[in-house]
Amino acid sequence: MTTDVKTCPITANHIKIALVGQPNVGKSMLINSVSNAHLHVGNFSGVTVDKTEVLFDYKNYHFTVVDLPGTYALNEYTIEEKVTSDYLSEYDYDLIVNVVDSTNLEKNLQLTSELMSVDKKMVIALNMSDEAVKEGINISGSYMSQLLGISCVKVSAVTKEGIADLIDAIIEEFEATSVEHKLIFSEAVEEEIFKVVDYLLKHKYKDSNSYRNIAINLLKNNKTTYAKLHDNPIWTELQLILIEASKHIELHHDTDDVKEAFASEYASFNRGIVAEVLKQDKEIKKKTLTDKIDNVLIHQLFGIPIFLFLMWGLFQLTFEVGVIPMEYIDGFFGWFGDTVGATISNEDIRSLVVDGIISGVGAVILFVPNIMILFVGIALLESTGYMARVAFLLDGFFHKFGLHGQSFIPLVTGFGCSIPAYMSARILKNDRDRLLTLFIIGFMSCGARLPVYVLFAGAFFSEDMAGNILFIIYISGALIGLIAAKILKLTAFKGVDEPFVMEMPKYRLPSFKLIWHTVMTKTWMYLRKAGTYIAAASMLVWFLSNYPHNLSLQESYQSKIERALSEDEKSKLQNKLSQELLEQSYLGTIGRFSMPIFEPLGFDWKMSVALQTGLAAKEVVVSTLGVLYSLGNDVNEESNSLIATISKNIPFASAVAFIVVIMIYLPCLAASVVFTREAGGIKYFFYLLAFTSIAAYGLAFIAYNIALMLT
Amino acid sequence: MSNKTDASEINKLSDCKKSHVVKVLKLNAPSELKQRLISFGIMKESIIEVLKYSTSKNTMEIKVGKTRIALRAQEAALIEVVKL
Repeated sequence: MTTDVKTCPITANHIKIALVGQPNVGKSMLINSVSNAHLHVGNFSGVTVDKTEVLFDYKNYHFTVVDLPGTYALNEYTIEEKVTSDYLSEYDYDLIVNVVDSTNLEKNLQLTSELMSVDKKMVIALNMSDEAVKEGINISGSYMSQLLGISCVKVSAVTKEGIADLIDAIIEEFEATSVEHKLIFSEAVEEEIFKVVDYLLKHKYKDSNSYRNIAINLLKNNKTTYAKLHDNPIWTELQLILIEASKHIELHHDTDDVKEAFASEYASFNRGIVAEVLKQDKEIKKKTLTDKIDNVLIHQLFGIPIFLFLMWGLFQLTFEVGVIPMEYIDGFFGWFGDTVGATISNEDIRSLVVDGIISGVGAVILFVPNIMILFVGIALLESTGYMARVAFLLDGFFHKFGLHGQSFIPLVTGFGCSIPAYMSARILKNDRDRLLTLFIIGFMSCGARLPVYVLFAGAFFSEDMAGNILFIIYISGALIGLIAAKILKLTAFKGVDEPFVMEMPKYRLPSFKLIWHTVMTKTWMYLRKAGTYIAAASMLVWFLSNYPHNLSLQESYQSKIERALSEDEKSKLQNKLSQELLEQSYLGTIGRFSMPIFEPLGFDWKMSVALQTGLAAKEVVVSTLGVLYSLGNDVNEESNSLIATISKNIPFASAVAFIVVIMIYLPCLAASVVFTREAGGIKYFFYLLAFTSIAAYGLAFIAYNIALMLT
Repeated sequence: MSNKTDASEINKLSDCKKSHVVKVLKLNAPSELKQRLISFGIMKESIIEVLKYSTSKNTMEIKVGKTRIALRAQEAALIEVVKL
């Protein structure tokens, strides 16, 4: 260890690394290979896009790696770029590890050259070197290190080649005194840099960053550097020098944009580096594998049908395979509830635990298999490179409705469950596009609404028609969503269209380990977050439907039940009791109170209550209807008697209006909480509430009246 | 070099046909989009190959260096190119 290391002896063995790179360079995979063993993955709260932190030990060092979102440049165009750029300039870390894709060195170096004027030590990981060799690309790491003044290590996250070398280089860099990076510009720029440096020298300006870096940052209009110097007395004169310098540089590059001038400077520097260190052995093949796959997958005619087929397949898998473990999970929670219930003697507490918490949480866990399959599908879409293709295929169509090509992933996810859908809307760069997509996701009918649809389709249509009705409900939901998007785009989210400029990454075989890791992390988040909210909501519904207790009512029925002669009569009385108890519960009061609002749609108070309990979760709608139509709690969508009761008690037109409301209004409490967090404020929740309620009410009113006319 | 080219050869990128190879002369995009294009390697003097159009012709795929990029015709119209 050298004596001039500035770090405090206690933290000397801690190395905090900021992992930076362009998208699709295999950063996450590299992290997985470096920190082989058990990963500690935590998500930073409060940011829209995740930075992931990974800890591991090697030799005598503790490593903390902060995996920053992939970014093409540091100009804060997208949320990811902003997160990365803020982190690099404001947070405390020891060094930057810049991951570059060896098979596309020149483009990757564009970011590298920007990173070189950040005041930090740096190591470059030349990732995918195995792939580069296959493509006949030969990079001299040592020569590159020499030219840039930065150690460049050839690694492959896939074959784990060079991983140890990379960690050793990081340790060496960490222990070394800071080395000046060798970034060389054209004569015109160098001249201006010299002038600024000279000025700073003369006035003995104090800063941790080198004068050269400060000069570069000032010349390319770096906001943070400007802000830093702005209040310094030297600023007055410095400003004049900078104005002259900009003019000179812009003139030299024949542009009116100094950033564009610097981009050209970086590009020519990088071309120089690549020409020196990279040797292409083989002839570049005319048609790469990616070209061949693209000829099929984004074919002008077949591209969209192929995509639709793949999506159909994913949904088939999600529902068909996801159903298999459902029965066991359901059985387990039934058994678990009974077992736990048997140990609790207090009736109220037992009911809260068994009927409230266990059944509520059980309902969420029931959907875990479906959600995992969907997550695997989405992870595959993401990691193979196909997702960008679909965005390319759909952008034209989506654009007509004011949506962005990349909106399709959250919308498709919305058919499974709105919660992961809201979370996956993060892939959209632009806030307005993201918000618009978030508002539309609810229109994609989630899995939890299926039981309600099945119930009503079965009650009013013959068995062979019911399936088609289901399909119509789903499709019309999606179409209403697209129209709603158009309306929102023309009103609330009016504005310039977000440009669609997107990289189409090379096709790659996904890594099993990485997919597993991603799916497990997401599933765990779903369980933890949705589980807690659902548990809370279940407790609330349980409370509202059980209180206030009416003991005299219970006692009078109890004696009637005891006196009843047949089992049949007993169960009838039991049902009547629960119905009357429910009617005088808080929920019943709310139902009667809100009746006038729902009367124009043809709903009775029971349907009104079912809609309101449905705000907690859509699964609750069916069980509420069951309870209210006096069939006891043991009702599911297959219950034929409930179907019969519904077709007897509810007029067809009211049923149509009811379905329309279910299709459009808020998905559930948990989803609303996630929506609020993703949208970035409670006010958006109220906008969503107003928007969906008005749309649901209006459309249901229209549907009710049309249905009245037809019947 | 750009002042020597025949004016009739200068086109918008959005007007180019499949498999055309062109050189960028000027980016007429607003500052933010220009930065975005630059960060993808689309800048003055870059060589672009037009790969594909989507079904509706609204979106095109181009290749700059080794990078494939998708962009809307609307944005491509802001890129002035000359056919090579």
